[in-house]
Amino acid sequence: MAEEFDDEFDGPVKRFLFVNRKAPYGTVYALESLEVVLISAAFDQDVSLVFVDDGVFQIVKDQDTDGINMKNFSRTYRALEGYDVEKLYVEKESLDARGLTEDDLLVDVEILDSQGLSDLMDAQDVVITS
Amino acid sequence: MDYELDGNSFPADEEGYLTDITVWNKELADLIAKDENIEMNDDHWEVVNFLRDYYEEYQIAPAIRVLTKAVKKSLGEDKGNSKYLYELFPYGPAKQACKIAGLPKPTGCI
Repeated sequence: MAEEFDDEFDGPVKRFLFVNRKAPYGTVYALESLEVVLISAAFDQDVSLVFVDDGVFQIVKDQDTDGINMKNFSRTYRALEGYDVEKLYVEKESLDARGLTEDDLLVDVEILDSQGLSDLMDAQDVVITS
Repeated sequence: MDYELDGNSFPADEEGYLTDITVWNKELADLIAKDENIEMNDDHWEVVNFLRDYYEEYQIAPAIRVLTKAVKKSLGEDKGNSKYLYELFPYGPAKQACKIAGLPKPTGCI
Protein backbone atom coordinates (compact mmCIF):
# COMPACT_ATOMS: atom_id res chain seq x y z
CA MET A 1 0.00 0.00 0.00
CA ALA A 2 2.01 2.92 -1.23
CA GLU A 3 -0.90 5.35 -0.90
CA GLU A 4 -0.45 6.06 2.76
CA PHE A 5 3.11 7.20 2.09
CA ASP A 6 2.21 9.59 -0.70
CA ASP A 7 2.60 13.22 0.12
CA GLU A 8 0.46 14.50 -2.72
CA PHE A 9 -1.01 17.90 -2.08
CA ASP A 10 -4.78 17.86 -2.58
CA GLY A 11 -5.64 21.51 -1.97
CA PRO A 12 -6.74 23.95 -4.68
CA VAL A 13 -4.63 24.17 -7.82
CA LYS A 14 -3.97 27.59 -9.33
CA ARG A 15 -2.35 28.62 -12.57
CA PHE A 16 0.92 30.39 -11.73
CA LEU A 17 3.01 32.24 -14.28
CA PHE A 18 6.51 33.29 -13.26
CA VAL A 19 7.81 36.12 -15.42
CA ASN A 20 11.62 36.27 -15.36
CA ARG A 21 12.99 39.59 -16.59
CA LYS A 22 16.43 39.93 -15.02
CA ALA A 23 19.91 38.58 -15.79
CA PRO A 24 20.74 35.49 -13.70
CA TYR A 25 23.56 37.00 -11.65
CA GLY A 26 24.11 40.36 -9.98
CA THR A 27 20.82 40.19 -8.13
CA VAL A 28 19.06 37.35 -6.30
CA TYR A 29 15.84 37.61 -8.31
CA ALA A 30 16.45 34.76 -10.75
CA LEU A 31 17.56 32.27 -8.11
CA GLU A 32 14.81 33.23 -5.68
CA SER A 33 12.18 32.97 -8.40
CA LEU A 34 13.45 29.52 -9.33
CA GLU A 35 13.15 28.43 -5.70
CA VAL A 36 9.54 29.60 -5.56
CA VAL A 37 8.88 27.77 -8.84
CA LEU A 38 10.21 24.54 -7.33
CA ILE A 39 8.16 24.99 -4.16
CA SER A 40 5.01 25.75 -6.17
CA ALA A 41 5.63 22.65 -8.25
CA ALA A 42 6.20 20.53 -5.15
CA PHE A 43 2.68 21.60 -4.12
CA ASP A 44 1.34 20.38 -7.47
CA GLN A 45 0.40 23.80 -8.75
CA ASP A 46 -0.02 24.50 -12.47
CA VAL A 47 3.23 26.35 -13.14
CA SER A 48 4.46 28.14 -16.26
CA LEU A 49 7.60 30.22 -16.74
CA VAL A 50 8.32 32.90 -19.26
CA PHE A 51 11.68 34.54 -19.91
CA VAL A 52 11.61 38.15 -21.11
CA ASP A 53 14.20 40.93 -21.54
CA ASP A 54 17.55 40.00 -19.88
CA GLY A 55 15.68 37.11 -18.23
CA VAL A 56 16.45 35.06 -21.35
CA PHE A 57 20.09 34.93 -20.20
CA GLN A 58 18.95 32.74 -17.27
CA ILE A 59 18.54 29.79 -19.63
CA VAL A 60 21.47 30.36 -21.98
CA LYS A 61 23.79 27.35 -22.37
CA ASP A 62 27.36 27.07 -21.09
CA GLN A 63 27.21 29.57 -18.25
CA ASP A 64 30.46 29.92 -16.35
CA THR A 65 30.32 31.60 -12.94
CA ASP A 66 33.90 30.88 -11.82
CA GLY A 67 34.91 34.51 -12.20
CA ILE A 68 32.11 35.88 -10.01
CA ASN A 69 32.25 33.35 -7.20
CA MET A 70 28.59 32.40 -7.46
CA LYS A 71 26.93 29.03 -7.86
CA ASN A 72 26.00 28.24 -11.46
CA PHE A 73 22.38 27.28 -10.96
CA SER A 74 21.50 27.21 -14.65
CA ARG A 75 21.45 23.41 -14.68
CA THR A 76 18.57 23.48 -12.20
CA TYR A 77 16.29 24.66 -15.01
CA ARG A 78 16.85 21.22 -16.53
CA ALA A 79 15.40 19.65 -13.37
CA LEU A 80 12.05 21.39 -13.93
CA GLU A 81 10.83 18.58 -16.16
CA GLY A 82 11.17 16.18 -13.22
CA TYR A 83 8.97 18.56 -11.22
CA ASP A 84 6.37 18.38 -14.02
CA VAL A 85 7.05 21.99 -14.95
CA GLU A 86 7.07 21.71 -18.70
CA LYS A 87 5.55 24.98 -19.85
CA LEU A 88 8.50 27.23 -20.53
CA TYR A 89 8.17 30.22 -22.83
CA VAL A 90 10.48 32.84 -24.24
CA GLU A 91 9.47 36.11 -25.80
CA LYS A 92 10.67 36.29 -29.39
CA GLU A 93 11.51 40.00 -29.34
CA SER A 94 13.74 39.55 -26.28
CA LEU A 95 15.69 36.73 -27.95
CA ASP A 96 16.05 38.63 -31.21
CA ALA A 97 17.23 41.80 -29.49
CA ARG A 98 20.07 39.83 -27.88
CA GLY A 99 21.11 37.96 -31.01
CA LEU A 100 20.04 34.64 -29.48
CA THR A 101 18.14 31.72 -30.96
CA GLU A 102 16.42 28.66 -29.52
CA ASP A 103 19.66 26.70 -30.08
CA ASP A 104 21.42 28.87 -27.50
CA LEU A 105 19.05 27.74 -24.73
CA LEU A 106 19.59 24.84 -22.33
CA VAL A 107 15.93 23.81 -22.06
CA ASP A 108 13.13 23.27 -24.57
CA VAL A 109 10.92 26.32 -24.81
CA GLU A 110 8.04 27.66 -26.82
CA ILE A 111 8.69 30.99 -28.50
CA LEU A 112 5.92 33.58 -28.11
CA ASP A 113 5.45 36.98 -29.68
CA SER A 114 4.23 39.79 -27.46
CA GLN A 115 0.58 39.06 -28.33
CA GLY A 116 1.11 35.39 -27.35
CA LEU A 117 2.68 36.53 -24.10
CA SER A 118 -0.27 38.78 -23.38
CA ASP A 119 -2.69 35.89 -23.99
CA LEU A 120 -0.61 33.66 -21.72
CA MET A 121 -0.78 36.21 -18.90
CA ASP A 122 -4.53 36.57 -19.34
CA ALA A 123 -4.99 32.85 -18.78
CA GLN A 124 -3.34 32.83 -15.31
CA ASP A 125 -4.68 33.05 -11.77
CA VAL A 126 -1.41 34.45 -10.42
CA VAL A 127 1.41 36.26 -12.24
CA ILE A 128 4.66 36.76 -10.34
CA THR A 129 7.25 39.00 -11.94
CA SER A 130 10.88 39.23 -10.87
CA MET B 1 25.51 21.28 15.57
CA ASP B 2 28.87 20.19 14.14
CA TYR B 3 30.12 16.70 13.35
CA GLU B 4 33.38 15.52 14.88
CA LEU B 5 35.44 12.98 12.95
CA ASP B 6 39.09 12.02 13.50
CA GLY B 7 39.75 15.22 15.41
CA ASN B 8 38.25 17.39 12.69
CA SER B 9 35.10 19.44 13.03
CA PHE B 10 32.57 19.69 10.19
CA PRO B 11 30.07 22.54 10.53
CA ALA B 12 26.39 21.75 10.14
CA ASP B 13 23.22 23.82 10.48
CA GLU B 14 20.76 23.45 13.37
CA GLU B 15 19.03 20.56 11.61
CA GLY B 16 22.25 18.67 10.96
CA TYR B 17 22.80 19.44 7.27
CA LEU B 18 26.45 20.03 6.39
CA THR B 19 27.01 23.69 5.58
CA ASP B 20 29.83 22.94 3.10
CA ILE B 21 28.90 20.15 0.72
CA THR B 22 32.48 19.78 -0.52
CA VAL B 23 33.77 18.39 2.81
CA TRP B 24 31.57 15.28 2.54
CA ASN B 25 33.08 11.80 2.53
CA LYS B 26 31.87 8.27 3.23
CA GLU B 27 33.04 8.21 6.84
CA LEU B 28 31.20 11.44 7.49
CA ALA B 29 28.10 9.94 5.85
CA ASP B 30 28.31 6.96 8.21
CA LEU B 31 28.57 9.32 11.16
CA ILE B 32 25.59 11.44 10.07
CA ALA B 33 23.61 8.24 9.45
CA LYS B 34 24.40 6.99 12.96
CA ASP B 35 23.06 10.27 14.30
CA GLU B 36 19.86 9.51 12.37
CA ASN B 37 19.76 5.98 13.81
CA ILE B 38 20.46 4.46 10.42
CA GLU B 39 22.94 1.65 9.88
CA MET B 40 24.08 2.15 6.29
CA ASN B 41 23.81 -0.88 3.98
CA ASP B 42 24.15 -1.21 0.21
CA ASP B 43 20.53 -0.15 -0.34
CA HIS B 44 21.03 3.04 1.65
CA TRP B 45 24.22 3.78 -0.25
CA GLU B 46 22.49 3.27 -3.55
CA VAL B 47 20.00 6.04 -2.73
CA VAL B 48 22.63 8.32 -1.20
CA ASN B 49 24.87 7.95 -4.26
CA PHE B 50 21.88 8.51 -6.49
CA LEU B 51 21.20 11.80 -4.68
CA ARG B 52 24.84 12.87 -5.01
CA ASP B 53 24.61 12.27 -8.76
CA TYR B 54 21.29 14.10 -8.98
CA TYR B 55 22.78 17.10 -7.19
CA GLU B 56 25.85 17.05 -9.41
CA GLU B 57 23.62 17.11 -12.47
CA TYR B 58 20.96 19.62 -11.38
CA GLN B 59 22.53 21.55 -8.46
CA ILE B 60 19.55 20.94 -6.18
CA ALA B 61 18.31 18.30 -3.77
CA PRO B 62 15.03 16.96 -5.16
CA ALA B 63 11.66 17.00 -3.39
CA ILE B 64 10.44 13.55 -2.36
CA ARG B 65 7.99 13.16 -5.24
CA VAL B 66 10.69 14.05 -7.73
CA LEU B 67 13.21 11.76 -6.05
CA THR B 68 10.77 8.84 -6.16
CA LYS B 69 10.11 9.38 -9.83
CA ALA B 70 13.80 9.73 -10.68
CA VAL B 71 14.71 6.59 -8.71
CA LYS B 72 11.97 4.69 -10.49
CA LYS B 73 13.34 5.78 -13.84
CA SER B 74 16.91 4.77 -13.13
CA LEU B 75 16.67 1.92 -10.56
CA GLY B 76 13.28 0.44 -11.43
CA GLU B 77 9.81 0.20 -9.91
CA ASP B 78 10.88 -2.01 -7.00
CA LYS B 79 12.90 0.90 -5.62
CA GLY B 80 11.15 3.90 -7.12
CA ASN B 81 8.24 3.91 -4.69
CA SER B 82 7.54 5.69 -1.42
CA LYS B 83 7.23 2.52 0.64
CA TYR B 84 10.70 1.24 -0.27
CA LEU B 85 12.31 4.63 0.29
CA TYR B 86 10.53 5.23 3.62
CA GLU B 87 11.64 1.80 4.85
CA LEU B 88 15.24 2.82 4.23
CA PHE B 89 14.82 6.35 5.58
CA PRO B 90 11.87 6.36 8.00
CA TYR B 91 11.97 10.09 8.77
CA GLY B 92 11.58 11.10 5.14
CA PRO B 93 13.72 9.76 2.30
CA ALA B 94 14.46 13.14 0.77
CA LYS B 95 15.30 14.86 4.05
CA GLN B 96 17.26 12.07 5.73
CA ALA B 97 19.05 10.75 2.67
CA CYS B 98 20.03 14.27 1.62
CA LYS B 99 21.44 14.92 5.05
CA ILE B 100 23.52 11.73 4.91
CA ALA B 101 24.58 12.61 1.35
CA GLY B 102 25.88 15.94 2.62
CA LEU B 103 23.42 17.92 0.50
CA PRO B 104 21.21 20.85 1.47
CA LYS B 105 17.65 20.27 2.61
CA PRO B 106 15.46 19.53 -0.41
CA THR B 107 13.84 22.53 -2.06
CA GLY B 108 10.10 22.45 -1.54
CA CYS B 109 10.43 20.57 1.71
CA ILE B 110 8.64 22.28 4.56
